[in-house]
Amino acid sequence: MSFLESKDFMKRAGRFLATASVAASALAFAHGASAQTLTVESWRNDDADVWNNQIIPAFNKKYPNIKVQFKADPPTEYNAALNARLAGGTAGDLITCRPFDASLDLFKKGHLVSVNDVKGMDNFSDVAKSAWSTDDGKTTFCMPMASVIHGFIYNKAIFDELKLTPPKTVAEFHAVLDKIKANGKYTPIAMGTADQWEAATMGFQNIGVNYWKGEEGRKALIEGKQKFTDAPYVQTFTELASWAPYMGDGFKSQKYPDTQNLFTLGRAAIYPAGSWDIPIFRKQADFEFDAFAPPAPNASGKCYISDHTDIALGINTKSKNVEAAKTFLSWIASSEFADIYANALPGFFPLTKEKVTVKDPVAAKFVGWRDTCESSIRNSYQILSRGTPNLENELWNVSAQVLNGTMKPEEAAKKAEDGLASWYEPHKK
Amino acid sequence: MSTTSFETTAPLVAAPARSRLPLHIVVFLAPALLIYSIFSIYPLVDTIRLSFYAGDQTGAQHFAGLDNFRMLLSDPTWSGQFWNALRNNLFFFGVHMVVQNGIGLGLAMLLSLPRLTGGSVYRTLIFLPTMLSVVIIGFVWQLMLNPLWGIAPSLLKAVGLGSFFGPWLGQESTALITISLISVWQFVGIPMMLIYAALINIPDDLLDAATVDGAGPFSVFWFVRLPLILPTLGVVSILTFVANFNAFDLIYAVKGALAGPNFSTDILGTFFYRTFFGYQLQVGSPTMGATVATAMLIVILIGVLIYLFGIQRRLQRHTF
Amino acid sequence: MNRYIRPGRLAVHIALILYTIIAIGPILLIVLNAFKTRRAIFADPLGFPDARTFTTIGFDQVFAKSDFGLYFINSLTITVVSLGLIVLIGAMAAWALTEYRFRGNTLISLYLAIGIMVPIRLGSVSILRMMVELNLVNTLTALILVYVAQGLPLAVLILSEFIQQIPKDLRDAARCDGVSEYRIFGSIILPLIRPAIATVAVFTMVPIWNDLWFPLILSPGDGKQTVTLGVQQFIGQYVTDWNAVLASLTLAIAPILVLYLLFSRYLVRGLTAGAVK
Repeated sequence: MSFLESKDFMKRAGRFLATASVAASALAFAHGASAQTLTVESWRNDDADVWNNQIIPAFNKKYPNIKVQFKADPPTEYNAALNARLAGGTAGDLITCRPFDASLDLFKKGHLVSVNDVKGMDNFSDVAKSAWSTDDGKTTFCMPMASVIHGFIYNKAIFDELKLTPPKTVAEFHAVLDKIKANGKYTPIAMGTADQWEAATMGFQNIGVNYWKGEEGRKALIEGKQKFTDAPYVQTFTELASWAPYMGDGFKSQKYPDTQNLFTLGRAAIYPAGSWDIPIFRKQADFEFDAFAPPAPNASGKCYISDHTDIALGINTKSKNVEAAKTFLSWIASSEFADIYANALPGFFPLTKEKVTVKDPVAAKFVGWRDTCESSIRNSYQILSRGTPNLENELWNVSAQVLNGTMKPEEAAKKAEDGLASWYEPHKK
Repeated sequence: MSTTSFETTAPLVAAPARSRLPLHIVVFLAPALLIYSIFSIYPLVDTIRLSFYAGDQTGAQHFAGLDNFRMLLSDPTWSGQFWNALRNNLFFFGVHMVVQNGIGLGLAMLLSLPRLTGGSVYRTLIFLPTMLSVVIIGFVWQLMLNPLWGIAPSLLKAVGLGSFFGPWLGQESTALITISLISVWQFVGIPMMLIYAALINIPDDLLDAATVDGAGPFSVFWFVRLPLILPTLGVVSILTFVANFNAFDLIYAVKGALAGPNFSTDILGTFFYRTFFGYQLQVGSPTMGATVATAMLIVILIGVLIYLFGIQRRLQRHTF
Repeated sequence: MNRYIRPGRLAVHIALILYTIIAIGPILLIVLNAFKTRRAIFADPLGFPDARTFTTIGFDQVFAKSDFGLYFINSLTITVVSLGLIVLIGAMAAWALTEYRFRGNTLISLYLAIGIMVPIRLGSVSILRMMVELNLVNTLTALILVYVAQGLPLAVLILSEFIQQIPKDLRDAARCDGVSEYRIFGSIILPLIRPAIATVAVFTMVPIWNDLWFPLILSPGDGKQTVTLGVQQFIGQYVTDWNAVLASLTLAIAPILVLYLLFSRYLVRGLTAGAVK
């Protein structure tokens, strides 16, 4: 179930130092066996089966001479452990890249090589590449793999029972919530604020794109042309705050897994989701569920979705098998890989320009929004979380507070803006 | 601190020349002093050193004097968090002093009653949570207080306090006290045992004499037993202090490194962890981490000095 | 025993029983629910598992997806080796400091006292770097070294107290016979401080077994996890699966529970003895 956010948010354990002995033995193995064994470092420990049974065999059908080993750490500990391994020179050949600054930091410290010249790079749009490119966009250091999309998953059985239809606008959304609440049997919205990130990611970023008009607003924020105190952001916080009465009893101490349980036990009707939740819901829910896109603030006009570039693959500078690694990356860029990945892990959507068929109906619905709506990434990820206080962490904090009722939408907007203005030039005026 | 290396080696090297330190003393002392110096004292000294440095984007470090401390104490983004963590830590300590040591004293008094049936059973069971890992305790209580699971609400309902229940761990106003009480629940066994040991060591004739002189149970407690266990209470206090200002695991296990909501459960240990290792998109800083650690060191030293020179001297008897 | 229970005594017992329930109730509840189905856990958290709701699916999960046996052996190795070293090395130092008068004696005692007051955790930054340089990262050795350094000061203090109580004439007699200092220590002192080991154990073993911090930063994975870290990681991974969570908690509690109940008498005696003097 774990997508980067899902656990990283929980606790970032501090595997600061890396497991020299095992990494060293992995290296020794690489020397002994052949120069063609690649080790993949990843935080996707839940994907080990997919890699070992599907991805690597498919790759080896084409390239039988390159062996690939998949080695994953728990997501909460990945960043710290990887940093230490890189510093100690014991990290694997291929590095799974977090989006934006975490990986940019690795590139700046000289741990990742440029992958501009890798075949297949042109299968990706600039937006897809932006998460793993230098600020000037000239150098890309990881091959994009997948993104995740926000939206709302709902319990079809409850919707049928209460004769509800999936809402398209915010007004309809609230009408639906009111009906569920009036019925009294089910919690209208499954979401908690104890982990804080749920409020920011599933709430603020999920619905916000429609208010700040996706990329347009995100870029304006980076350039300093918009501020968090501007209307779109305050409106987002206001809409978010209006959810509180519809959330479950004690949502303030409800954690992410509680939220998932609340929904999969059939006690809640609507789940503000990330597409990465789909596989675990498939496993745990014994009712039918479906999805609707973030409701539009007004009926007319374009719609936007948060289609967040999440996962990529880069090459360790110290790797002894750079050429083999590049071969692997170019295969990652192919539609063959995209097809395997998208269907083994419904909810992770390949970033390639080529058409990929997603078989899971709910996941297909998520990815289908790309055709009708404009994609955008989370506005706190690029550049704006480089300083202290860190915008992403600030958004967690204020989004949770807005829902908890300890902060007004305007105050939340002001706190986010003040934090940004304290270190980021374009916002200092 | 900077003279530590001298202190370690001085007796070993310099002594033979003067008072002829016999070889066997060196042999007996060397292993302990070596391991202790290398893996305990040196890292502490090195941490203090690191707090005077600053790092840049590429990972290089350069000397920065007191800049880090200036930043920690005056830059609003840092100082706000630091003072908040310190304040919360003091509150955390306060709860332990009053509730944990209060209950511990009470239980010890009951357990030390003469000819108490089943005393050792009570002692064993009440001490049990202390043996368990904080990680386990954290999850156990999270489950207990989980509004979805409903153990705490249904138990409260059973005793007629159903409306009293709230999402205690999630509210800014109640999260810290809830966490503190969980910690109290776990560690109450330690003051209980220490105080119990002190109580049963009071000679019976002393108590008998007081009773013969006509003192009631209350004045026996107040004028005879309490003064006699004061040194133990002092030890308990300083142990509580050092442990509380080092606490980290429980809050990390229950609330994560962000110590929410809105940092209301943030104490120095979690602040140090977050600064050092980073969190989510925030990249960790070893140098600022070292600065926070040094600040913690100073806080603990101040506390210990207050105890040694302010309290323990008055208690006279050297305990422990 | 007593036919007549005085009302005062009754109140004392009621108070103690109530607190005992508070102390062990939550733990029992976890163990109880670990053997129930997911539905039953949520529907009736306080109920006992019955034929309909009994399941061990959580335990199957834990055993299939993690290596609890290995974690347990890791924890046991670290704890026992550390304790052994702390007792041996600590006793040597305590013996030297109490038995012999020499220059620097007090200074060394004070030097050791720093370690009781200041937590070694604050030096984590440097310990990490040092372990990288020594190539000890992700080894049990790294943890043992840190735990020995952490436990030594208090052990020396406790053991000094015990050694002081050993009658002087024993060693003086031995010295008259020309026995070497090493043999006096090895064959007279060491056997005599055995009771003190329980005290040292309470104060050092429990923190070592339960420590999350140093396993987290020094040996985070790849088969070197301790039970505490293993549980933390396992729960992080399967946190939505309450059967697995409760089962892993139960498995983490069980060995401690068994050991504690077996040895509680010695531990409690050790704890109280250590505090007396």
